[in-house]
Amino acid sequence: MTHILTVDDSVSMRQMVAYTLRDAGFDVSEAGDGTEALAAAEQQSFDLVLADVNMPNMDGIALIKALRGLSSYQYTPLLMLTTESSMERKSEGKAAGATGWIVKPFEPENLVATVRRVLG
Amino acid sequence: MGIDVSRFREAFFDESEEGLATMESGLLALESGQADEDTLHAVFRAAHSIKGGAATFGFPDIAEVTHHLESLLDAARSGQRALGGAEIDALLGAADCVRRQIEAARAGEQIDAALLDPVLRTLEGLQQGGAEPAPVVAPATADTPAQAGWDIHFVPEPDLLRTGNDPIAILRELHRLGACAVRCDASALPALDALTPDALYLDWRVALTGEASESAVREIFAWVEDDCALTVAPLDAAAVDGDHADTAPAVEVEDAAEPGEPPVDATAPSSVTAPVEAAAPEPARARVSTIEQASIRVPVDKVDALINLVGELVITQAAIAQDSAGLDPVEHERLLNGLAELERNTRHLQEAVMSVRMMPVGTVFSRFPRMVRDLAGKLGKQVRLQMAGEATELDKGLIERLVDPLTHLVRNAVDHGIETPEARRAAGKPAAGTLSLAARHESGQVVLEITDDGAGLSRERIVAKARERGLITAEPATDAEVWQLIFEPGFSTADQVTDVSGRGVGMDVVRKNINALSGRMDVSSSLGEGTRLSIRLPLTLAILDGMQVAVGDQIFVLPLGEVIESMQPRPADIEGVAGRPSLLRMRGEFVPILPLRDLMHVDGEAPPLTEAIAVLVEAEGRRAALIVDELIGQQQAVVKSLTTNFRRVDGIAGATILGDGRVALILDVADIVRGMRRAQAA
Repeated sequence: MTHILTVDDSVSMRQMVAYTLRDAGFDVSEAGDGTEALAAAEQQSFDLVLADVNMPNMDGIALIKALRGLSSYQYTPLLMLTTESSMERKSEGKAAGATGWIVKPFEPENLVATVRRVLG
Repeated sequence: MGIDVSRFREAFFDESEEGLATMESGLLALESGQADEDTLHAVFRAAHSIKGGAATFGFPDIAEVTHHLESLLDAARSGQRALGGAEIDALLGAADCVRRQIEAARAGEQIDAALLDPVLRTLEGLQQGGAEPAPVVAPATADTPAQAGWDIHFVPEPDLLRTGNDPIAILRELHRLGACAVRCDASALPALDALTPDALYLDWRVALTGEASESAVREIFAWVEDDCALTVAPLDAAAVDGDHADTAPAVEVEDAAEPGEPPVDATAPSSVTAPVEAAAPEPARARVSTIEQASIRVPVDKVDALINLVGELVITQAAIAQDSAGLDPVEHERLLNGLAELERNTRHLQEAVMSVRMMPVGTVFSRFPRMVRDLAGKLGKQVRLQMAGEATELDKGLIERLVDPLTHLVRNAVDHGIETPEARRAAGKPAAGTLSLAARHESGQVVLEITDDGAGLSRERIVAKARERGLITAEPATDAEVWQLIFEPGFSTADQVTDVSGRGVGMDVVRKNINALSGRMDVSSSLGEGTRLSIRLPLTLAILDGMQVAVGDQIFVLPLGEVIESMQPRPADIEGVAGRPSLLRMRGEFVPILPLRDLMHVDGEAPPLTEAIAVLVEAEGRRAALIVDELIGQQQAVVKSLTTNFRRVDGIAGATILGDGRVALILDVADIVRGMRRAQAA
């Protein structure tokens, strides 16, 4: 089963994303910030990582940069979850190695569609 | 598919409230200059998260306010504007507004637009005042009317694959917009020995027919915009062949993304696709479905059910211990060892379960910086608030019920305790008063102290007022007794009634609330120097350290915190009124005698006083000698509410089940002492 890591410091958002993706048949792990996510990614392998941008300890952009630096995540789709107002950070994220972004708020259906598309 | 997002709302409300608390304390710290950049980031993040959640979970009104909050904070964060008093005020006001919105949303309502408008106007006004760029995000491309189709030339950078993007996925997406004629230009493909497997050497020309708009086409390339050269031009039938005819070798594929038919092989040599495969490696691996979280959220009633069960277990264990007490230790050595082990484990289990309900007292303290700031501003006073021991833990039930009494006491200290800057200067004190809140553990109890360096209590004024109110006839001997008078119903010494503290109502209510938590309050004060109120509380209300006493065939439990000592009365220490013993000398002072047998209407003949036991108890600053037949011993009691299971009974705080299965009543010493006073007054 395709294994996805969702990273968000907001419990409600993370639960919503995880629930939505599990409902769509994915295997989902959760992490509360970048540090936690990086530790998890070093131990297991994920087929896709969805990271919120604004997080304490290690934000989403730093996480993407760190993941892209790992040989096992060189080509893995890494998506940022971002809001309209912080779209200026998308280029920062792209520079860090993000595959793309999903703009919040989003409909659960669109999240699944995007994830399916990225996974091919 | 239809995911119902409402199931996540509860978590959203909870974390929003946490976020608001973070914002408030952060903003106050920023105002007082005690904060660093991290604080500002944390405040921003809190606003940002609430906004994101509100938009996602269907609360546009909350999203709107937090959007403004966020913009203002973002400007501050990026150094575009400073956060002065006006900004902090507006931000705090907006946070309050969001708190009300969250409360309303929890109840399935929305707050009145009339409440919302001023908040929004203030925030908007501030944003316009600052050097705020217009937040209008113009779409990157104007939407041209639909054409017969589009001629799309997509030339990715060689390292596109290293961003996790896949040209195939993009081509598939295009195909969803209409029929595609895809030509792949492989002319840049080097010889095999010069080929880097994860570099992309291909580019594509797609003739898309259909009514898709240009922006819809560009949208598909949004993620790779900076990683490719892209041209999108209206489809010109001639251009498709003409432009590209000479760039052989080209592979032409009609309808590249036929469902179920991966176009990989057709569009690119397999060597190039190798890294794409590598992007999704599928080695056998042990999957842990969730990463362990630092904390989990559990409904309180689940925890309470657990505590209840453990309580039952403790009772059962005590019963077994009692039943097995008479067994021959040699013959039943294994059984008795097992029981000793069971007792130890039960105790540890109980402690562990109780600790789940423990919360830091800082969760109550956290509201005071804001409150003190606002109050002091309103009263024209300067108050410095110090807090210590915020991490001290206390049962959640107690914490919740401490909010009102503590709020009242803090309010009182600012209103009546701390003087105006002028009065303070005249008294040779610094203009700003100091109010400190402290919490600590002390011998199995929690002690909370509210100390101010204000005017202090005036013995003369209190005594005069108490006389005027008919609360006393003779002047009390000690200061402690005088200070207790402020807790009498209807007592007030504030010459001016303010809208902050009201008219002294409350101190009696405060004490009643604290007593209801099995706590006690003490006051110490010194005129001109300040006042200290201390509250002592048990760690939890679910378990009580009790002293078991017997009267006839009944067993009662006295909360240990209220027992001072016990002794067998000597004839010389008993003073009688009209032939009836009514006072007993204990620790050098005479205290009223209260036979528990009479109070609790226990049948049977009382033994002579000199053969009974007098237990000296104290509550609300008053002492009494409770006369019982026998002391049984000290034991923990699992408290069962009588009010919930039966009804309130005078003098009884609750009930517990003894080791032998019998029910014992837990005495409410404060109520008994109050009853004694009522009887005296009558």
